[in-house]
Amino acid sequence: MEPVAVVGVGMTAMRRERREDGYADLVYEAVRLALEDAGMTIDQVDNVVTVSNDFFDGRTISSMAVQDACGSYDKNVSTVEGDGTFGAFYGLMRILSGSFGTTLVCAHHKGSESVMPLITNAMFEPVYERFLGAEAVTSSALQARAYMDKFGVTEEECALVSVKNHGNAFRNPLAQLPLELTVEEVMSSPYVAEPLKVLDCCPISDGASAVILASAEVAEKITSKPVWVKGVAHCCDAYHLGDRDLSDARALRDAARRAYSMAGISDPRREIDLVELYDAFSYMELMWLEGLGFCGPGEGGKLTASGATAPEGEIPVNPSGGCLSGHPVLVAGLNRIIECVLQISGEAGERQVDGVRTAVAHGINGPCGQSHCVWVLGGEK
Amino acid sequence: MEDWRKGQEIVVMEGRIKVPYRWAAGEVGTRYLQALRDERKFLGTRCPGCGIVYHPPRRHCPDCGRECAEWVELGDRGTLVSYTVVHRHHPQLSPLPLPFGYGIVKLEGADTGFLHLLYEFGEGELEAGLPVEAVFAEEREGSVLDVRYFRPLREVG
Ligand SMILES: [Zn+2]
Repeated sequence: MEPVAVVGVGMTAMRRERREDGYADLVYEAVRLALEDAGMTIDQVDNVVTVSNDFFDGRTISSMAVQDACGSYDKNVSTVEGDGTFGAFYGLMRILSGSFGTTLVCAHHKGSESVMPLITNAMFEPVYERFLGAEAVTSSALQARAYMDKFGVTEEECALVSVKNHGNAFRNPLAQLPLELTVEEVMSSPYVAEPLKVLDCCPISDGASAVILASAEVAEKITSKPVWVKGVAHCCDAYHLGDRDLSDARALRDAARRAYSMAGISDPRREIDLVELYDAFSYMELMWLEGLGFCGPGEGGKLTASGATAPEGEIPVNPSGGCLSGHPVLVAGLNRIIECVLQISGEAGERQVDGVRTAVAHGINGPCGQSHCVWVLGGEK
Repeated sequence: MEDWRKGQEIVVMEGRIKVPYRWAAGEVGTRYLQALRDERKFLGTRCPGCGIVYHPPRRHCPDCGRECAEWVELGDRGTLVSYTVVHRHHPQLSPLPLPFGYGIVKLEGADTGFLHLLYEFGEGELEAGLPVEAVFAEEREGSVLDVRYFRPLREVG
């Protein structure tokens, strides 16, 4: 792959409700921050990829409503309806096509404006499934149960993820939900859908984020510290939950294998310094750690209990606080990329992890991680 | 200029994005729903390539792309693959009062699981591999809710 770099990142604070800001206001803020970070003007952006979902936005063709805020006049624009990691993937491909030197990728979400279970219920197939009323939490509970049953993973092991990530959020001023928790507090929070308790679940959030990607030629002119895309891949699994082995994230394993192969990584645990993954629910961090190859199947809980995934551990996971500490849907995957970029650049402030040279960002799309997108980012071209 | 905010809440426009919509069940879906409604029977389709029996039925095999033209009658009993007990009732979503659950049920004769509701179970009774049976609605209208729910298998044999 021709080298492509992330040259600028911008992220609004994630909050439960940002009533003062409309969608376009949030997008404007994220885009402005990304341009400032890159030291670029909007004129230097060749094309724009927006990430949005019509149901969440409460309007059709939702992408067009934020083009003003993206500075899109006179530019080629396109849209991804899915997680931000997939939007960034498309932005990357547009550069690789040779048609563009730079891509601005922007995602926005206001969970405060809709009714989350009604929107996520609507992702299910309408003839056989939708009218049963399942949504993101109840379907994820089925996955959590299948995964925990298969490997004997305990609710306490899942709770450790929540304790760690909410604790990490204290060092991220943009995080929504820093919490000082104990495993006992997570365990005694009420069930939403067994085995998932309130404190196993991500919050509802408002926020927007933007990243600017550039070809090597442009990146090396624009910035002295580009963060390079070393490898990237995404893979998909079956739509119907019953067609899948929910306990097995095979699409993630495939995506990780391809991204690592592109990045020349053979031993992820040794060669990767930091991970930002899509922990919409605590169990997901354990499953995705296994799928990303940081431990064997069923060993995510033990790896977490050992402290290896803490900020000072051998392989820090979600030092930003993760999705558990702020989950603007669609934006969340871009936020994983942004945190990796900040950590590699040494700009992660109070939560900076020492010596991050290679980091992995991960996003999901569809019920129970139907598809996974894996990015390997590094400081060296 | 700062004064305008004094005592002024941010205005929020209330609305709905509900618009009528019609989802065609297609030939395969219609035959399936007809059998549920008229015969209280579950039907699947078999892939001639992989031999997989899909339930709910598919016209084309998602694994190999072949047409699954063969219909297979399935049992109205099966086993639980996974399950969750729901603790929050959502008035616009939940078809049953609490405590109800969701399960992935593999019916007798099917190779894939089926998402449906669980009800009439005791505390701690649900577990993977539990035999379950379908409870049909008396009045059936050709929808997946013609099956009211699945419950732990009561009578043996
Ligand atoms: Zn087949």
